[in-house]
Amino acid sequence: MIADLIEAIAKILFVFGVNMGFFAPILGWVERKQSAVMQDRVGANRADIFGFTLIGLLHPLSDTIKLITKEDFIPAGANKLFHTLAPFISLTPAMITFAVVPFGGQYEIFGRRINLVVADLDVGILFVFAFASLATYGTVLAGWSSNNNWSFLGGLRAAAQMLSYEVAMGLSIIGIIMVYGSLKLTEIGAMQTDFFKWGIFLQPIGFILFLTCAIAENKRAPFDIPEAETEIVAGYFTEYSSMKFIMFWMGEFLEMVTISGIIVTLFLGAWHLPFISDERLLSLFGFAGPNGSIIMLMMANIATFFGKIIFMIWFQMTIRWTLPRFRYDQIMKLGWKIMLPISLINIFITGLVVLLK
Amino acid sequence: MSDLAKNLHTEHMVINMGPSHPVTHGTVKFLVTLDGETIVDFDVEIGYLHRGFEKMCENSTWEQVFPYTDRLNYLSPIINNVGYALAVEKLIGIDTPERCKYVRVIVSELSRLADHLTNVAASGLELGAFTAFLYFVEARDLIWDLLESVCGARLTSNYVRIGGLKNDLPDGFKEQTKEVFKRCRELWIDVDKLLTKNRIFIDRLKDVGIMPPDEAIAWGFTGPCLRASGVPYDVRKAQPYLVYDQIDFEIPIGEKGDNFDRYLVRMEEINQSMRIVEQALDKLPDGPINVDMPEYRWQSKDDIYTKIESLIFHFKTVTGGIRVPPGEVYFPVEGANGEVGFYLVSDGSGKPYKCRVRPPCFPLTAAMPRMVKGALIADIVPTFDMIHMIGGECDR
Amino acid sequence: MESITLKKLKERFPDSIMETHSFRGDDTAIVKKEDIFKICEFLRDDNELLYNFMMDLTAVDYYGKESRFEVVYHLYSLKYNMRIRIKVPVPESDCTIDSIIPIWICADWFEREAYDLYGIIFKGHPNLKRILLYEEFEGHPLRKDYPVRGRQPLIGPKN
Repeated sequence: MIADLIEAIAKILFVFGVNMGFFAPILGWVERKQSAVMQDRVGANRADIFGFTLIGLLHPLSDTIKLITKEDFIPAGANKLFHTLAPFISLTPAMITFAVVPFGGQYEIFGRRINLVVADLDVGILFVFAFASLATYGTVLAGWSSNNNWSFLGGLRAAAQMLSYEVAMGLSIIGIIMVYGSLKLTEIGAMQTDFFKWGIFLQPIGFILFLTCAIAENKRAPFDIPEAETEIVAGYFTEYSSMKFIMFWMGEFLEMVTISGIIVTLFLGAWHLPFISDERLLSLFGFAGPNGSIIMLMMANIATFFGKIIFMIWFQMTIRWTLPRFRYDQIMKLGWKIMLPISLINIFITGLVVLLK
Repeated sequence: MSDLAKNLHTEHMVINMGPSHPVTHGTVKFLVTLDGETIVDFDVEIGYLHRGFEKMCENSTWEQVFPYTDRLNYLSPIINNVGYALAVEKLIGIDTPERCKYVRVIVSELSRLADHLTNVAASGLELGAFTAFLYFVEARDLIWDLLESVCGARLTSNYVRIGGLKNDLPDGFKEQTKEVFKRCRELWIDVDKLLTKNRIFIDRLKDVGIMPPDEAIAWGFTGPCLRASGVPYDVRKAQPYLVYDQIDFEIPIGEKGDNFDRYLVRMEEINQSMRIVEQALDKLPDGPINVDMPEYRWQSKDDIYTKIESLIFHFKTVTGGIRVPPGEVYFPVEGANGEVGFYLVSDGSGKPYKCRVRPPCFPLTAAMPRMVKGALIADIVPTFDMIHMIGGECDR
Repeated sequence: MESITLKKLKERFPDSIMETHSFRGDDTAIVKKEDIFKICEFLRDDNELLYNFMMDLTAVDYYGKESRFEVVYHLYSLKYNMRIRIKVPVPESDCTIDSIIPIWICADWFEREAYDLYGIIFKGHPNLKRILLYEEFEGHPLRKDYPVRGRQPLIGPKN
């Protein structure tokens, strides 16, 4: 019992630590450096401690210090309760969703079964969608409660966009559920052992649809109309400063990590290395004894998983720094008139293939 | 449902876009009435950068006006310098030496390049394509380095003088230009790949802000915006000044007059400007750069220090300014945004009686309501960018 | 040699053309202000002229002269590649002139500017208000009797 508790706490701390302690701050830096590389620039390199800039790695720290010490401003006429609540609502789902994402398989170490996922729910995917829709409330509330026309427009746009893409996103995933016959993310992950059984090969259209919808869901370029700074200043978080601003900001980055995690689990073979099976790895690590080799396998799987996440994050950032932004009606048109029919057709074809098999 | 829609209370939203808003670069205010995302009413308020250009000119000597002209279209200041100098020279009746004309063409076209590069870059930036922006900003910076080597300043050039130039081109300018243009062409291809065939970019610009040719003429459009509507009017071709008639170049024409055509016209004009500069550098004749009229243009330092007449003229022109005969002229040049016309009235004293500049983006900005009414709020962004309103020029 | 524009103008409006000249090649016609609308319409619509561009509209203040102001129009004909300058004397006592917006829509802002800086009233202008300066500004700064260093800071009411 106590061992279960310790295990659960250790997993939560691990996920929380990786997300909040590693990804959230580091992504700000990655985004800067990545864009700098793409744009023939040097990127952030000015923040220093005693002259050590650490290639700009101190910038997240200085950003945080700067934002924490800023005035927490609530505009006149704003609804104080909702204005304060909104950033929490939009940050929490991003953090919680990662609970159902498995970052490794199941291992037996010292006679204990360890399942590397915080909450192994039977309806893992549904949980993801449930919480992703909650994030909408955060942005809508932020836009509405700020008593600012720009925020209001941003909130409206966010609501419309997130709702429409949730539909296409939900449908795009049906195909993969049909193929693997499970809603459990751990099971789906465990099934992708063979390289050519990865979701991306079984459901290529579903992958593209899901990726697009996920980026739209996260409101990143080219789908960043709710915060399009040249049109509506900063959209729904125009009136946010200090820690509340950080929360929106982190929420966006964490959601990026979560989305990458789900994409990796569903489509990119989860924690499996391509062409090298777990048995092969186990035999490679054989020199470390039975328990040692399993621990090493676990480490290798976790590393593979996060390596894939980092690749997906890089991919999303490349998109963000390459493409210009859509217009409001174009996003709606893309969502309802293109994505939705394609995902329906995808389901149909998948059903047909599954049936005929 | 229909009852609900009927009873639902809706109203238009009025928002102030600007004067401090990310899209209104150059401080301008839009009063936008919105029905949801659709623009119902649109009003432009300018004048935030008004500094009394004409009043200042009327109280300066003819030569002191040059720095003020730098601040008109501050993205291509030398074209304003050239336009003003040509207007004054027309008023006096000076014909500058051949080399001076060629150098003026070179620096004008470099300025036009810088202007167009900025405009296209900004169009990317404002639509969220930050990478394309920085590519062209790099190209613009190289052009500015060139201009800096010529006149010592990047932005406020103050390079042209009545009857000549401040100084000649530096040594090795031709080779330097060749290198810069090589890099500019690479960057041009990069941006072309990033934007011109980019589906999202095309969708954002195409069929937005359409101006049919007859309406464009009635609204007083000139420059790239008019040419995008399909009207082949370019002062450099219609009424060639300097040596534009001896140089082989083409003026690109659009078809529809929407924002995408304006973008394409500007992209092509970047190429044409580089062509003009290269030809002018090849043909550049030797000879003096200043006219030999000591009462209007200072003579060389050697002459001033050794000849009494030169010294006297120098003293007189520096202290009292030059005497321009009474009369009035209008001289148009092709600015980066369209026709920059200087209307000068002289009463024979040492100061301009009236120095009026026709700002090309003034009528363009006036047509903004016509172009965006009924469109979406996001359409303001590319339309306003392609209008390329420059606060310093529009508000004077 | 007199240009075709000036010749046609003199033929058509012998009474309203007060003077013409072509200083430095710029064709100029000084016309009576009552006929400006008619003349502009003629210049735009006549088949041999077709002045379809109104390039510039401004005013000049000849302080101390009998008719103090002059409204100056610069027109351009795209088809025939010609330019003409129309000047209209406007006395201070009756500082008004007909608006030409129905002929060239772009005159709208130019006329507002001339009104703003010189105080010339354009009759028939739909929205004649200040454009470069703020509503509360007193006087018209480009008039020669406005001081060069005249300052009018706009200070709002204290909250």
